[in-house]
Amino acid sequence: MLSLIQGIFTSYGLVGAFLLVAIIMLISYTFASSIKQKRMGSAIAIILGLVIAYVAGKYTGGTSGVADIAVFSGFGLLGGGMMRDFAIISTAFGVKVENLKKAGIPGSIALVFGVIFSFIVGSIIAYLLGYTDPVDVATIGGGAVTFIVGPVTGGALGASSEVIALSIAAGVVKSILTMIITPFIAPIIKLDNPTAAMVYGGMIGTTSGVAGGLAATDPKLIPYGAMTATFYTGLGSLLCPSVLFVLVRALIG
Amino acid sequence: MEIYGFGLVGLCMFIGTFLGRSLGVALGISGNVGGVGFAMLLLVAITNYLEGKGRPLHERTQNGIRLLSALYIPIIVAMAARQNVVAAFEGGAVAFLAGGLATIGAMLCIPFITKLTSPKKDKEAA
Repeated sequence: MLSLIQGIFTSYGLVGAFLLVAIIMLISYTFASSIKQKRMGSAIAIILGLVIAYVAGKYTGGTSGVADIAVFSGFGLLGGGMMRDFAIISTAFGVKVENLKKAGIPGSIALVFGVIFSFIVGSIIAYLLGYTDPVDVATIGGGAVTFIVGPVTGGALGASSEVIALSIAAGVVKSILTMIITPFIAPIIKLDNPTAAMVYGGMIGTTSGVAGGLAATDPKLIPYGAMTATFYTGLGSLLCPSVLFVLVRALIG
Repeated sequence: MEIYGFGLVGLCMFIGTFLGRSLGVALGISGNVGGVGFAMLLLVAITNYLEGKGRPLHERTQNGIRLLSALYIPIIVAMAARQNVVAAFEGGAVAFLAGGLATIGAMLCIPFITKLTSPKKDKEAA
């Protein structure tokens, strides 16, 4: 009986993921309306997804959350980069050119400022907590930019695998924290219009974090934030191992 | 047909990713620099151009694109469920503080950057 059900889930992986996500969303939205917070439905669903990923990660010891369990492997496809980017692009449908033009300059400034800001904060923390080698400091600083920039920086500079792992963890903390706190912090930082969303995408930049955070806040803002965030990791990979590393070395080397 | 909508988004994605990866190669970093952004701009440009010409996409083509964007939140929930949450919790103080303070600090900067850089008339919208 159990192996029969297992067999269905493994052979219909993607459909199984749709089914389970539908159940997660049903539970979350029902809970959200029962506490009279309908808008929080997607935020709760995302947090529930993260909790499931944590439990699954503890259980399997793998790095891909629930997707590491054979019967839930469809989550790997549905929640992977391909479907995420395909769906993100489709959200640009209905975007007005004038809104983009209006937010273009603030978005670009936020992009450069956001990468440098995160790098500096991450580097200062690394330094204060006892990392004095400029390579280690820059790698952890890169991790505070995104979990891709960290290993790219560390790889380019020849950091140890322990420090690279730490930089990835810093980037994952950023991404997950962004998904969770964005809907709660949105009213405080006035994240309610296309320009602010483009600045937000540029300042935070971690693609999954921005995607999840905006989905939980206001789906109308997704295309604007995603648009700038998509340049962030590239810009970080460019600046961190070069200009920003030279700066770190000049200061503490 | 609805599939035309899927096809159009797919076409934008492939062209955008091609541009993004070419830019990555040109800059000497492996990876895709802004591919999704280029694809989104392309989709905005195509649909705005067609509307400007008075020939918007067929209703059913539009429905295909709308179906994809309606799948966005479920896809994000699936994405959340496959994150390496354990690593985030076990990265220790350095990972937690570096990632956490960078995130919170950057978020608190958002209103200032929005205010400093956007044209005055934005205030009416807010």
